[in-house]
Amino acid sequence: MLGRSLGITPSMSVTKARTLVPDLDVLDADEAADAQGLERLALWAGQRYAPFVAVDYPDGLWLDISGCSELFGGEEALVKDLFRRVNGSGLTAQIAVADTAGCAHAVARHVPAGRPVIIVPGDQKKAVGLLPLAALRIPAKVASDLHKMGFTRIEQLIAEPRGPIARRYGHELYRRLDQALGHAPEAMAPIFPPSLPQARRGLLEPIGTADAIAKVIGDLTDDICAALMRDGTGARRLDLHCERVDGQYQSVRIGMASPTRDARHLTKLLVPRIERIDPGLGIETMILIAPIVEPLRSAQTDLTGDTHRGPDLGALIDALANRFGRDRLYGTTPCSSAMPERTVERTMALREGADRRWNAVLPRPGRMIEPPEPVQVIAMMPDHPPAQFVWRGKRRKVVQADGPERLQGEWWRAKGLEADSPYLVRDYFQVEVEGGGRYWLFRLGDGQWSSTGPMAWFIHGAFA
Amino acid sequence: MPRNAILEDLRSSIAHVTGDGCRHGVHPFGLDDIDDHLPGNGLATGALHEVLGSLDICDDAAATIFIAGILARMEGPVFWCLRWRDLFTPALDLAGLHPDRLTIVEPGDDKGALIAMEDCLRVAGIAGVVGEVSKLSTTASKRLQLAAEGSGVTAFILRRAAKADALLEGSAAQTRWRVTASPSENLGIPALARPRWSVALERVRGAEPKSWIVEACDAQGRLALPAILVDRPDQQEAWRIAV
Repeated sequence: MLGRSLGITPSMSVTKARTLVPDLDVLDADEAADAQGLERLALWAGQRYAPFVAVDYPDGLWLDISGCSELFGGEEALVKDLFRRVNGSGLTAQIAVADTAGCAHAVARHVPAGRPVIIVPGDQKKAVGLLPLAALRIPAKVASDLHKMGFTRIEQLIAEPRGPIARRYGHELYRRLDQALGHAPEAMAPIFPPSLPQARRGLLEPIGTADAIAKVIGDLTDDICAALMRDGTGARRLDLHCERVDGQYQSVRIGMASPTRDARHLTKLLVPRIERIDPGLGIETMILIAPIVEPLRSAQTDLTGDTHRGPDLGALIDALANRFGRDRLYGTTPCSSAMPERTVERTMALREGADRRWNAVLPRPGRMIEPPEPVQVIAMMPDHPPAQFVWRGKRRKVVQADGPERLQGEWWRAKGLEADSPYLVRDYFQVEVEGGGRYWLFRLGDGQWSSTGPMAWFIHGAFA
Repeated sequence: MPRNAILEDLRSSIAHVTGDGCRHGVHPFGLDDIDDHLPGNGLATGALHEVLGSLDICDDAAATIFIAGILARMEGPVFWCLRWRDLFTPALDLAGLHPDRLTIVEPGDDKGALIAMEDCLRVAGIAGVVGEVSKLSTTASKRLQLAAEGSGVTAFILRRAAKADALLEGSAAQTRWRVTASPSENLGIPALARPRWSVALERVRGAEPKSWIVEACDAQGRLALPAILVDRPDQQEAWRIAV
């Protein structure tokens, strides 16, 4: 970084650099240490972002993030997080996301965006086409020769007939092109952390059926649970890697809410993931790794042999979270806010009791209409409840009402209804209409000062 | 063998075959009027129950709180599988369902909600599982009923936005309730009395359909009968006719 600011660029000769900076301190490149550092980075990325991480020496990492982005709330968020953390650690990173490894490789190295680049699925041909031939991972000699022949961009190469060029420059060129476009497979060997609990099964005959895979998963979980038992730990996360006959890896990852080494439970979580594994021509080796473990003591049974166990909710929470995503499963707890829609805070499912409850005096609707919908109201100003209102085209006559409950808006907030408008007061009325239905209406504004609101009415929910 | 004993014996074997025998016991409403009418004198636990609102959101809210009130009086965790995102949990707390007991699952669609319900129903020790769906096929209801019988967990299907003809399809549920809002008492002052619901038992195995007007759940999830029906028997008939 410092070197760049002094005008020194990569692959500049030392003599030239010395003329720019006379007191330059020159160190030999330590390739072995660089490779080690890269591997460390790979293991870190494997723990944090994706089960499948391969090292692309000397300066690249492959992450297979398919199916991993839910944890972060989308691919973009995942990549942003990765970019922020890597740059924060003092390294300079270029990140590209694409359908194929070749495309991501090319874009990351040849698009100087300065931020993560995401290629829309299916657009790799367009993206790669605009790049120079050197982006194809071909020998520099071939790239420069082709450049001399007038091929400045890859799209020109795609447009030419293959035969003559392949005869002259070898099939390697087209293999790389096909890999980038997704027509040819790419073999990558994932990096496995050596010290973590793991189980491996090499198979005599390649397998491809779901039943066979499930059987092997059962064996692997037994093995890994024995290893976890020896270490006195439980797994919080498990990665299953399947090596196929063609050298490709298929990986799936599951997460657990609490550390576990119950083989039956782990098998139950892994088996539904089989449908995400494409066995191709067959799977040769299956490896199960626990990248995140936590200490777990043995459960003690009391003398009567009765373990007094409550319902096995950990397993249920894991099953639901792995099926629908962890953010689709939550508890709720009170949160102090003046505005009713913000008094509910999401928490982890089954968090242990803080025993906080909502104010038992204030009426709150069972069904909330969020955001509130405008209604047309006939009401006497300023203090009277509505006499009737029209909502979604239906007129409702109010029989009885209670209110107002005055809520002062949170003017200090940056988001929400208050920020969009400067109006600060909501007067809530609980009204019962003919037939018995109860609704929650509010008027924006206190009925006296127009600065508190435009006196418009909204419906915000329905009571029991 | 005396004749009564033979009849008892036959009844119990029939109940065993049809599964009407409330194998997991019952959960009383605490209202004699309703409990006496239900087979086993209460709502069967370890079974599937359907609760309907109407197309009006306030009836859906009534059905929601009706279920919350039943679960509030049971013990153990509750799982609530949502398809719509308008459930406001403070209202469940007001009906006595403590927020620490409640876990929300958002599977996104009917199919996911049914899968999530079935997963939950297989874990014994949970108080109840609620699923909000619009469609429920006969097969799906059978699966849920079997899962509930197996674990003893009580299941509620809250059917929302259901078309009238969708309800004609058979269901393996033990009961079907329709809960709708009903006019509350006029206190004579500008304030609201305790809300009232019309609770209709539309279908039940082993008993006749019937409907009641009840006062909505209190803070412990208990229903009540309108005072006029309890305290002034002479006015009951007149009131019933008026309603």
